[in-house]
Amino acid sequence: MPETSFEPRVVGFLCNWCSYAGANLAGTSRIQYAPNIRIVRVPCSGRVDPLFVVKAFQAGADGVMVLGCHPGDCHYRDGNYYTRRRFTLMHAFLTFLGIDERRLKIDWVSAAEGRRFAEVVTEFTEQLSQMGPLSTQASVQVSAGGDQIRETVSL
Amino acid sequence: MARIGVFVCHCGSNIANTVDVEQVADIAGQAPDVVFSTDYMFMCSEPGQNLIQEAIREHNLDRVVVAACSPTMHFRTFSGAIQRAGLNPYMLEMANIREQCSWVHADKAVGTDKSVDIVTMAVGKTRWFEPLFPQEIGVTRRALVIGGGIAGIQAALDIADSGVEVVLVERSPSIGGKMAQLDKTFPTLDCSGCILTPRMTEVVQHSNITLHTWSEVQEVRGFVGNFEVDILHKPRYVDATLCTGCGECLARCPWQKIPSEFDEGMGTRPAIYRPFPQAVPNVPVIDAEQCVAIKSLVEDPEREKPKCGVCLKFCPRDAIDFRQQPTVTTEEFGAIVLANGYSLFDPTAYGEYGYGRYPDVITSIQMERLMNAAGPTDGEVRRPSDGKHPRSIVFLACVGSRDERMGRPYCSKICCMYTAKHAIMLKEHDPDVQSYVFYIDVRAGGKGYEEFVRRAQEEYGTCYLRGRVSKVYPEGNHLVVMGEDTLMGMPVRVEADLVVLATGVQPQPDAGDVARILGISYDSYGFINESHPKLNPVESNTAGIFLAGSTIGPKDIPESVSQASAAAAKVLGLLSQPSLLGEAMTALVDRSRCAGCFACEDICPYQAIERVTLGYGRQAAEVNEGLCKGCGLCVSACLGKVITLRGFSDQALLEELNVLLLEPESA
Repeated sequence: MPETSFEPRVVGFLCNWCSYAGANLAGTSRIQYAPNIRIVRVPCSGRVDPLFVVKAFQAGADGVMVLGCHPGDCHYRDGNYYTRRRFTLMHAFLTFLGIDERRLKIDWVSAAEGRRFAEVVTEFTEQLSQMGPLSTQASVQVSAGGDQIRETVSL
Repeated sequence: MARIGVFVCHCGSNIANTVDVEQVADIAGQAPDVVFSTDYMFMCSEPGQNLIQEAIREHNLDRVVVAACSPTMHFRTFSGAIQRAGLNPYMLEMANIREQCSWVHADKAVGTDKSVDIVTMAVGKTRWFEPLFPQEIGVTRRALVIGGGIAGIQAALDIADSGVEVVLVERSPSIGGKMAQLDKTFPTLDCSGCILTPRMTEVVQHSNITLHTWSEVQEVRGFVGNFEVDILHKPRYVDATLCTGCGECLARCPWQKIPSEFDEGMGTRPAIYRPFPQAVPNVPVIDAEQCVAIKSLVEDPEREKPKCGVCLKFCPRDAIDFRQQPTVTTEEFGAIVLANGYSLFDPTAYGEYGYGRYPDVITSIQMERLMNAAGPTDGEVRRPSDGKHPRSIVFLACVGSRDERMGRPYCSKICCMYTAKHAIMLKEHDPDVQSYVFYIDVRAGGKGYEEFVRRAQEEYGTCYLRGRVSKVYPEGNHLVVMGEDTLMGMPVRVEADLVVLATGVQPQPDAGDVARILGISYDSYGFINESHPKLNPVESNTAGIFLAGSTIGPKDIPESVSQASAAAAKVLGLLSQPSLLGEAMTALVDRSRCAGCFACEDICPYQAIERVTLGYGRQAAEVNEGLCKGCGLCVSACLGKVITLRGFSDQALLEELNVLLLEPESA
C-alpha cells in the first residue's frame, strides 16, 4: 500500500463527561478534523481496561486514544489518576509486545475544549499516517501472546 | 436472539447534507440481529417518535438504535419513547452521527462511511444490553446552603419560605459577605447595608433556618437526595447561647490595634470582635492568634488562670469560654446550594502600581470602607498617609482582569460600574474632587448601567482616559500616575492625592478544595462549572448540588440574587419529589467468582463496595447500588474480571471493537 493513501484506523475511548462532551463541542462548533477516529463512549477513562487497548490493536487498529478529564477534574473524583498510572505502565508493555508505544495516546480533553479535541485527533492521525500501518511483524507478536490475551478477553 | 430496530435521523439537513442516511439505514439493516431499519426527517419529532413506537410493536423489537445526535441531547427523549412502547428505557443506544460525524466532516462519502461504522458499533453494543431498573431512593427534605453572602442568604430565605428546613453555613463570624462591606450599590446608589441587613436579620429569625457562622463544611458524603455532611464549628470562645451582644467585652479588650479584615486593613479591631456592628449573629468571636489569654492557655493547658481575662471579668453573662474546642456535627440533606462567593485580585502583583509600598495606593474595596458611614473614618474619605481629604483621585480599571500576563484574561464585569460609582460618590462627598479613570473599555451592560456611567462622565465631570498605566510613583506629598491616552495617542501624567485600583474578581483561594469536597468540577481559574452554561446555569455537574452567585464567575448583586432564587427553585423542585430514581448503570459483582481481594474497595471513589461474608466465612465484594455512580473503576481494577458495569459491560464495549475492526473494510 503506498504511504500516501494509507488511512490509519483509530479507536478512541472517550470519557462521557469531559472528552465525549469535548468531541460534541467540536461538532456544535463545526470544527473539522481527521475522520479516522471511531469513538467508544465510556463513563470514565478509568473504565478503560488495558485489555481493551490490546484487543483494539489485535483486531486491526493502527492507533488507540484514551481521552479523559484533565487531572483533578474527574467527574468521578479521581478516576483519571488511575488512567494515567495504568497507561504509563501500558506504554512499557506495548513496547514489550513489539508495538510502537506512540500508537497509544493518553490525553486530557475537557468539555470546553472542542478545538483541542479536533487538534489532538488530527495530530495523532497524521502521526499514524506517517508511521504507516501496524506492521504484520508486530501483529504476529501480538497474536503470539494473543492466545493468552484472548482467553482473558473473551469473558 | 435480539430483535434490533435502527432509526436513522436526517435532522433536517444537519445530518442528511453530509451523510447518505438512506444508505446508512440500508447497510445497518443487514447487520446481525437487525430486523428493521429506516430513516426519517426528524426522529425526535412526535411523528418520528410514533414511527419508532409503531415499529417496536409491529416488528416486536426488543432493542433500539437511534442514529441521530448525541445521547446528551436526546437520550431521554428516545428512552421515554421506547418506554411508552413497552420496552425497558435502557434498551436504547444512540449512535452519534451528528455532533461526532456530519458536523465535523464535509465530505459526504467520508461521513457516510463513518456513520455506517458508528451505527454498526451501536448495534453491536445493544446486543449485550439487558433491561435495567434504577433503584428508588428516598429524599431528605432539608437543604444546606454554603456561604452567607447575599446569594446564600437569598437562597436560604427562598427555600425556607417554602417550608423546607435550611442550614446555612458561613465560615466568617457573620453573614453578609462582600455586600456588607460595600457603601452604596450601583446604579441606584441604594445604601448597601440598608437593603442587606434586614435580610440578614430575617435569616436569623426564620423558624426554618439554622445558621452556623464561624463554621465550615468539612466533608460531604452520599448523593442527590441523601447527602451526609460534616460541619466543623470553629471555637468562638464565646457561648452564643449566653451572649446578649452588649459589646462590653469589645470596648474592654486591651488589644485594640489589630488590623480589621472587614475594613480591609483601613481600621482596627480588638482581639475579641465582631466584624461590623450589624453582624448577624451579634455574638463576638475571639481571635485565638491575637488573644493573650487563649495563647497562654494553649502554651500551658494546665494553667489555672489565663494571662489576661478582661473580657471574662466584664462579661455580665459569663459567656466567655477560653477553653472552647472545635466540634464537628454531621447532618443530612437532600440538596446543597454552593454560594461561596469570590475573592479579589491581589494587586501587589503589579509592582508598577506601588500597592503595598505607597500608602495612598488603595484598592476599591478599601475605598468602599473609607466611604462607608459605619467605616473606620465614619464615611469621611481621608487618605491613609496623612489623613487629608484627597482632591485629585486616579482610578485604574482592570487590575487583575483582562490581563493575560496575570493569568486573568476574563472581564470581572463589576469594576467599571463600581469605579463609576466611586467617582460619583466622591464628588458628592466633596465637590472639589476631580476623578480620573484609566480604562481599557467601559463595559456597562445592564439595566441603567450605561446611563450611570454617562452620568459619572457628564454630570460629575469624571475624566475617562483610555489606556493603561505604566507607573505610579511618589513626588512630594502626592503620587504621579504615568499612563497613556490611546485615543489622543499620547502619554499622560496625572498628579494624584489618592490612587484606587479596581481589583478584579477571582475565585475564593480555596475554591478548588471546596469543589473537591463537594465532588464538582471547576475551570482553569477555579470558578465552578455549571452543568450547562446556558440551559443549566445553576446546576453543578453533580446531581443535587446547585450553584449561586459569583462562585461560577464574576457577577453583580442583581445577578447573584436572581441566581440564588433560581437555585432555590431547583432545590425545591428536587425536594418536592417523594423519591428519586437512582443510577441504573451500576456495577455488579459476581459473588460466586469473587476472590475477595478487595482491589475494588480501594479504587472506588464512593465507598460503594461492601464486604459480605458467604459460606465457610469466605468474604466477597458487593456493590451498594445506592452509592455506586457507575464510573466503572472497579470493573477495570478487578483482577478476576468478576465485576461488570451495567450498560457498559466488557462484552458490550469489546463488541463495538469487534464489529468495527474484525470485519472487512466497511462500505
